[in-house]
Amino acid sequence: MTTKKMAIIATKGTLDMAYPPFILASTAAALGYEVQVFFTFYGLQLLRKDLSNVMISPLANPAMPMPVPMPVMVQMLPGMESMATMMMKQKLKKHGVASLEELRSLCLEADVKFIACQMTVDLFEFDKSEFIEQCEYGGAAMFMGFAGDTDICLFV
Amino acid sequence: MDFDKEFDASGLSCPLPILKTKKALSDMASGQVLKMIATDCGAVKDMQAFSDQTGNPLLSTAEEGGKYIFFMKKK
Repeated sequence: MTTKKMAIIATKGTLDMAYPPFILASTAAALGYEVQVFFTFYGLQLLRKDLSNVMISPLANPAMPMPVPMPVMVQMLPGMESMATMMMKQKLKKHGVASLEELRSLCLEADVKFIACQMTVDLFEFDKSEFIEQCEYGGAAMFMGFAGDTDICLFV
Repeated sequence: MDFDKEFDASGLSCPLPILKTKKALSDMASGQVLKMIATDCGAVKDMQAFSDQTGNPLLSTAEEGGKYIFFMKKK
């Protein structure tokens, strides 16, 4: 039996959008898939050693369930993002959903390969020492080399 | 049913029961049986899918007082 493959492009760096790539990558790896995730633009934030700045915002996020209806004018007040992030993290914990850190290390344990977009690193002048060591740096062509041969390829 | 290893994934949500099942199986020998307990109702379909895709037979699935109990044999 040939090994199935999955490739994911992770482009978002918010708490809610960080879950799908890590959940799908870790699950596919558990099912025996060879998995690569290409982190580009804001997705690169998910490769930082410290994930505490990965947040969720109620602003421009009208589908986000809120305990009480909240007008946009209120959502834009200082501290709302931190509060929404704290509440979301509490909710995730209460429901036994893994933290991003846990899911990311489960991915690494299962040999999911992380590729950081070199162009994005240069563009935003990121310091590579702030990223986890278990990622490779590469470009679109490098990713295509793997993605062209996959069974599942997703853009998140 | 006799089993060689047991772990409790109660309170954990998708995909942790599956990821932890995979981990638990990794240091078991072929033919040994794993007992897994979960409270996530999604685990019922996920465990079947995990079995179908990895070839580790799911010997039984049962529900007891809000808990799901699985017996899986390592291929």
